[in-house]
Amino acid sequence: MSMPSAMTQPPIPQAAERENYLNKEYGAWSWLFTTDHKRIALLYLISITFFFFIGGFFALLIRLELLTPAGDLVQADTYNKLFTMHGMVMVFFFLIPSIPAVLGNFLVPLMIGAKDLAFPKINLFSWYLYIIGGVMMMHCMLTGGVDTGWTFYAPFSTNFTNTKIVEAGLAIFVAGFSSILTGLNFVVTIHRMRAPGMTWSRLPLFIWAHYATSIIQLLGTPVIAVTIVLVAAERALHLGIFDPKLGGDPVLFQHLFWFYSHPAVYIMILPAMGVVTEIIACFSRKRIFGYSFVAFSSIAIAVFGFLVWAHHMFVAGISVYSALVFSFLSYAVALPSAIKVFNWTATLYKGSIHYDAPMLYAFGFLGLFTIGGLTGLFLAALGIDVHVTDTYFVVAHFHYIMVGGAVMGYLGGMHFWWPKISGRLYPEGWARLAALIVFIGFNLTFFPQFLLGYMGMPRRYYDYSHMPEFQVLNVLSTAGATVLGVGYLLPMVYFLWSMRYGKPASDNPWNAAGLEWKTTSPPTTFNFDEEPVVTWEAYNYEELDAPHKEEVPVAR
Amino acid sequence: MRDNSTVAVHDPALLHHFAEPQQQRDAASLGMWVFLATEVMFFGGLFCAYLVYRRWYFGDFAAASKSINMWLGATNTAVLICSSLTVVLAVWAAQTARRTLLIGSLVLTMLLGFAFLGIKGIEYRDKFVEHHVPGASFSFEHEEIPGHPGQYANPQHAQIFFSLYFVMTGLHALHMIIGLGIFLWLLIMAWKGRFTPEWHTPIEIGGLYWHFVDIVWIYLFPLLYLIDRHK
Repeated sequence: MSMPSAMTQPPIPQAAERENYLNKEYGAWSWLFTTDHKRIALLYLISITFFFFIGGFFALLIRLELLTPAGDLVQADTYNKLFTMHGMVMVFFFLIPSIPAVLGNFLVPLMIGAKDLAFPKINLFSWYLYIIGGVMMMHCMLTGGVDTGWTFYAPFSTNFTNTKIVEAGLAIFVAGFSSILTGLNFVVTIHRMRAPGMTWSRLPLFIWAHYATSIIQLLGTPVIAVTIVLVAAERALHLGIFDPKLGGDPVLFQHLFWFYSHPAVYIMILPAMGVVTEIIACFSRKRIFGYSFVAFSSIAIAVFGFLVWAHHMFVAGISVYSALVFSFLSYAVALPSAIKVFNWTATLYKGSIHYDAPMLYAFGFLGLFTIGGLTGLFLAALGIDVHVTDTYFVVAHFHYIMVGGAVMGYLGGMHFWWPKISGRLYPEGWARLAALIVFIGFNLTFFPQFLLGYMGMPRRYYDYSHMPEFQVLNVLSTAGATVLGVGYLLPMVYFLWSMRYGKPASDNPWNAAGLEWKTTSPPTTFNFDEEPVVTWEAYNYEELDAPHKEEVPVAR
Repeated sequence: MRDNSTVAVHDPALLHHFAEPQQQRDAASLGMWVFLATEVMFFGGLFCAYLVYRRWYFGDFAAASKSINMWLGATNTAVLICSSLTVVLAVWAAQTARRTLLIGSLVLTMLLGFAFLGIKGIEYRDKFVEHHVPGASFSFEHEEIPGHPGQYANPQHAQIFFSLYFVMTGLHALHMIIGLGIFLWLLIMAWKGRFTPEWHTPIEIGGLYWHFVDIVWIYLFPLLYLIDRHK
């Protein structure tokens, strides 16, 4: 694919000619049967981008319906299906695999100096599982979809709705297995495949974040898998496990569901935190402040994350004592998150900051994640939660985390590592513009939703004609969603453009510190020409920028 | 840097991305342990549901549990413990290059596995005949709660017990079937003489999986078959 530009441009032997993982073999089979982690990362990139736009399409329809107070665009049932399919596609087919399966897959071996993940065939298998789950989900959507909300609460999902619960559940089950296998591969790779000298305390914090993410994927996902099995069995045979009429307990379903689905939020946000850590260190040209605190706060988030699930159930009839405990523990999870934010800020302090596109996304992440996290504390407080439960306040809160946090991190990471992935530079001016558009569009979409929720607009209503005073904020939100849509389309366009017309990237265009920048752009199939030996600490930017500092006499 | 080429040439089982056979073995074994951790969580969700309902509906659970044939379950426990022994023998045989013992142990393991599934099938058939399979034809009328003469179990709560019984033992049996598939593959590989004292990782990690499935049963048996049997 790089042939035309190689002829028109002066020969740069580095990127254009050298054998790399992209030009080693050609043809569909060389991609569909590859075991190269970098090619599998690109397969994931294409497939999750597809699902991102499917989920985004549903989101735009939701926003269009809410443009006017009356329910005039779609029918109530259709609206239920729209927000359900939006949630299911975005959570299980975009956010969960986004950073781990694309950037993680590409970078984990490169960053630790390995030739590949520990189990390359299992890695490919996990992509096929994802595709099988995705095809089932597409079939489910095209033949009717599901209307329960992505949480498919029992007994509505098990006894009442006549939409395609079992098929959607099965799709999520299969995609979940794919997620487990990715996590398994990362844990084993990080334990067993590090290059000589790459000790645990020299690992990039991106790796620590992925290690913590993998733990959640491994220990959380099986629980939702078995919950789906129970829902399917209950639906088929009316067993009564979740049916209060037959002595079952619907709250048990919520416990099992949120035992996975709350930690799943950390599957989405932790890798984004890892990305942002790399970007902030690089573009402030400083060693990250408090390396071990940032590293262990990732693990702490993974551990605490498993102990807070019932804060989704404060109004579901759990005892006030357990609600108190879960409220307290939810506050506790704010500690490691705050440790990260403060350490990033301290890293910025007196850094020589460069405002390139990845850094703009990282800044966006910092602000939006902080707002999302702080509003999470509102929701963890029992008194406030009762008032804003099931309102747009909740919707705004988790979109600040998942879109403002996870998607910002994902886009920042895509820009940061795009030269390494494609061997080409993206157009910086367009990228900064897109980052700005995304930031403005995002805030315009979701900030009004905080106000709406606080004023009492319930979520999942398609018709608010009895409260027309909410329209102004809803119009703002819909306008913001349109801007956001443009902001998301732009990078896709110029990334594709840059693959053909972009300037060839040098091995280390950002002058960054990680091991992944010490090989060619794009890397060869086995990543490094010879096995790297690590003799330096992570984020040694001071040394990179002044390599012989100690030899220069400095007047103090 | 390090010269791995000599090792790589002489060991066809060493995959290209590992530096040395020891690293490959460690990775495989850690991978299986991590996978088993996910399996623990998979069954953990079911055990959690079981414990909740057992606490709520103890009498009904005891009555339902009593209707299952304890001796079939006990026999199956013995069968699985024996199969764990044959798996350990297979690993030892592979380590010490005893080909006949290796193949014999693998065959014996599989036979015990099939015996387990056969006995399980008899049990399921009994439950089917007695209308204890949850669903439209389920019936559990006038079954006394053990230790409480004259008190009858609530059929709906008993149905929850049988639902969990079938889901838990069913998923366990599915794991057994997958285990038999793995052991069939191991048997074919052993027959072809692929395993050496230096490289028999598949037997080790296949064995780990088999032991795990056995252990799940060790928990299932008392929880499902032995509720309040003494009364």
